Amino acid sequence: MKELSLHILDITQNSIRAQAKLVKLTIIESLAANVLAIMIEDDGCGIPADKIQNIADPFVTSRTTRRVGLGLSLFKAASETCGGFFRITSEFGVGTKVTGTFNRDHIDRAPLGNMADTVVTMVMSFEEADLIYEHDYNNQSFIFDTREIKETLEVTSLNEPDILNWIREFVREGLEKIMEEE
Amino acid sequence: MAKSLAELKAIREKKLNEINLRHGKNGYRVVVGMATCGIAAGARPVMVKLMEEVAAKNLVDVTVAQTGCIGSCRLEPIVEVYGANNDKVTYVHMTPEKIVKVVDQHLIGGKIVDEFTMTIVDGKIVDPEIKA
Repeated sequence: MKELSLHILDITQNSIRAQAKLVKLTIIESLAANVLAIMIEDDGCGIPADKIQNIADPFVTSRTTRRVGLGLSLFKAASETCGGFFRITSEFGVGTKVTGTFNRDHIDRAPLGNMADTVVTMVMSFEEADLIYEHDYNNQSFIFDTREIKETLEVTSLNEPDILNWIREFVREGLEKIMEEE
Repeated sequence: MAKSLAELKAIREKKLNEINLRHGKNGYRVVVGMATCGIAAGARPVMVKLMEEVAAKNLVDVTVAQTGCIGSCRLEPIVEVYGANNDKVTYVHMTPEKIVKVVDQHLIGGKIVDEFTMTIVDGKIVDPEIKA
């Protein structure tokens, strides 16, 4: 994956396949601590305890169309290559949490990439499910919550071009603002 | 996000009539493969461009959706266009540039863009449209 945001997009698709109603994405960046951390938490069906042990093995997957599953293994490899760690915890029937950390200045760390486009693409695939996206950059934070938008507009799905365009701009501007140099 | 939400609500109200129209019609349904293979091959920019084009050209009878792995990872990004009677055309190795042509020729003009379909990639000549 050329961008970390593509890993994020990919892993949230697992949450949707697990029937999650709410996905919480947290990104923490700290230049002082030299850390970039990505956490994806969902309330989907969860992973049985006997399956979680080797979930990031590329030859382990729950789907039946073929025997490989690369999403989590690629994310794990990306973080471990950059001096970070990968962790997945899950409770069957409750939800799953995936964490990947990176040494922010590691030469092999892919750029975070276009989060605005990633969020829009996520929202398009989420349908009724909701997304909370919190991004913390050097202690400045940006929060995006689809529940708030749905409430304001009184709709159940945000998959309309005008709403998506607005979301894209909102995320782009929000992130620009927290990343401004002081 | 309170202030901007008000602005979104205003944009929204203007559009509401069109949306009702969209759900009433039987137009094209466009599906983009969005599994690990599709994402790694560049499905996201294709998806975003498609959304932009549908909005900019005001294609009220087109719905855009996503799916998982379509099964031919080497041909990703894959875009499937379903017609009103569920006939399907599969476009492969898509890019943001190619999707613009598909929007203009196929979704607006009703003419299949033969050179982007599976027929050419596999070197076999088959009808690009798969009947429902």
